[in-house]
Amino acid sequence: MAEPLVVIDGVAKHYGEGAARVDALQDVSLSVAAGEVVALLGPSGSGKTTLLNIIGCILEPSAGKVTLDGETVWDGHWLRSDLRRLRLDKIGFVFQAHNLLPFLNATDNVALVLELAGRPPAEARARAHELLDYLEIGNRKTAMPAHLSGGEAQRVAIARALANGPRIVVADEPTAALDSQRAGIVMDLMRKLAREQDACIIAVTHDEKILDRFDHRFSLRDGRLIDEQGASR
Amino acid sequence: MNLAWRDIRHNLFRFLLTCFGLGLLLGVVLSMVGIYNGLVVDALTIARAPAVDLWVVEPGSRGPFAEASRIPGDTRASIARLHGVRDAGSITYQTVEATHQDQKLRLYVVGYEPDRPGAPRSLLAGRGLGHARFELVADTRTGLALGERLALGRDTFLVVGLVENHVNTGGDPAVYISLRDAQKLQFDLAPAAARREIARGGTGQAGATVNAVIATLEPNANPDLLAAEARRWKHVAALTQAEQELILTRSVVDRARRQIGLFMAILLTVSAVVVALIIYTMTMEKLKQIATLKLIGASDRTIVGLIVQQALALGGIGWASGLGLVLLVKDYFPRRVVLEPENALMLAGIIGLVCLLASGLGVRAALRVDPATALGS
Repeated sequence: MAEPLVVIDGVAKHYGEGAARVDALQDVSLSVAAGEVVALLGPSGSGKTTLLNIIGCILEPSAGKVTLDGETVWDGHWLRSDLRRLRLDKIGFVFQAHNLLPFLNATDNVALVLELAGRPPAEARARAHELLDYLEIGNRKTAMPAHLSGGEAQRVAIARALANGPRIVVADEPTAALDSQRAGIVMDLMRKLAREQDACIIAVTHDEKILDRFDHRFSLRDGRLIDEQGASR
Repeated sequence: MNLAWRDIRHNLFRFLLTCFGLGLLLGVVLSMVGIYNGLVVDALTIARAPAVDLWVVEPGSRGPFAEASRIPGDTRASIARLHGVRDAGSITYQTVEATHQDQKLRLYVVGYEPDRPGAPRSLLAGRGLGHARFELVADTRTGLALGERLALGRDTFLVVGLVENHVNTGGDPAVYISLRDAQKLQFDLAPAAARREIARGGTGQAGATVNAVIATLEPNANPDLLAAEARRWKHVAALTQAEQELILTRSVVDRARRQIGLFMAILLTVSAVVVALIIYTMTMEKLKQIATLKLIGASDRTIVGLIVQQALALGGIGWASGLGLVLLVKDYFPRRVVLEPENALMLAGIIGLVCLLASGLGVRAALRVDPATALGS
């Protein structure tokens, strides 16, 4: 079996204290291996985004342990001081509303993360072009986000998420803004790239049309993670 | 990649429009600085025009620019005899109204003795006063041209020379005429009144008083000592050139100067608040983009750079357009607008500082943005 890239062990997250306390996550454990594509399902307010934020190192858990790519990053406190660098190097984000920077064209949106990681501008642009060509939007390299269709913008966002070769990709409803045909194409591309880069994908989704594209499906109900195959995790 | 520039380029028209708006405000600040300087320079021009070292005036007065000052016309001869005085001349100042091209013209008439101190140092055109009567040298703001004639009192004067930027503290342009003509203009009675005066035993002629006696000194003479010596005579007071200038700047134009200074300070404060507001608004509009930048791993330095560089660009372009605007329109102001390079540079420094401080608000907001907000729809 492939090495686990994301290991969530007994993670809990609560907001507020006393009578106002809300348990968003309770004793959640999850292990996602390289190349695996995982769906997080569940109704609104079930804790999906909270779990995604914890995996993306942008939210502190209240309890438990988080290990990413073999490195324990949370165990009662953050064990890394440079979480942004960690995100830059190891985690790619794909958003529901692509979140491309409106003042950069498609190439520069992708090249930016590479430059932030320290790559020289020319090299960053070459790699961005390569990724955009691969995602079959090479003809839209110089287009501004406002001039891209939903599917094109989401593909640029995927290129950006995968530009630095992250081992972990977290996606928050990546196909919500797309029709079913484009949603399928986008998911297939994400799967393909993740497999090639030996990365894992954890995606929050409500989109039933793409559920067959996931290797594993988990549901969150009242802060608890339930394996869709039956076992509570 | 420079994110600040890319963002500006994306909304270039809007950014330039904002800069232009700020430029108008900074143009007003620069105009006020120019008017403030102009007021001081104008106040000093007339006093500096004769290039003298000593002013002898009426005792108990602070000279002809501050209040009424009249001394006997023969004071000049006594002053000229003082050891250390190179030359001395009598001078008068009066404000008159004349009609030129069917318009009322307020003039500041300076009367001096053509062969003695009192003449304006440099002429723009024509020549200085000669020994002929009823000639005048006029400031260009009078609108008079060489060879033109102007009626002053009951006499008509020929314009023989032109000077530039010679105005009094009230902004009235100066004309230079001979002392004799000036005294005639000031003291001659209307014919009916003169006849009545003669009937009462008077002369009906111009009086022999002047407003001040001015003197140039020998190179090794000490103006303070000579002023002190003149003061011992009791019937006159004396001021050095430095004291005269101090009276003009500290006393005569002081209230106007302070008023403009205060207005300028208010304008600068308003500009600072406007800059802060613009930068803060620009940052708040970008909060989601900043959250995205944080999420994808951009450092605080990158985000701070984006805001501070845009703030400095805003201030820089605003300052340049404000300066350009003032330089374009300054000659249309009714009074002089004197803008020195150091004034413009000082304002650039202040605006730069204001932009840095103002961007602090935006930077604070940006650094507090939770990267998780980028994940929301």
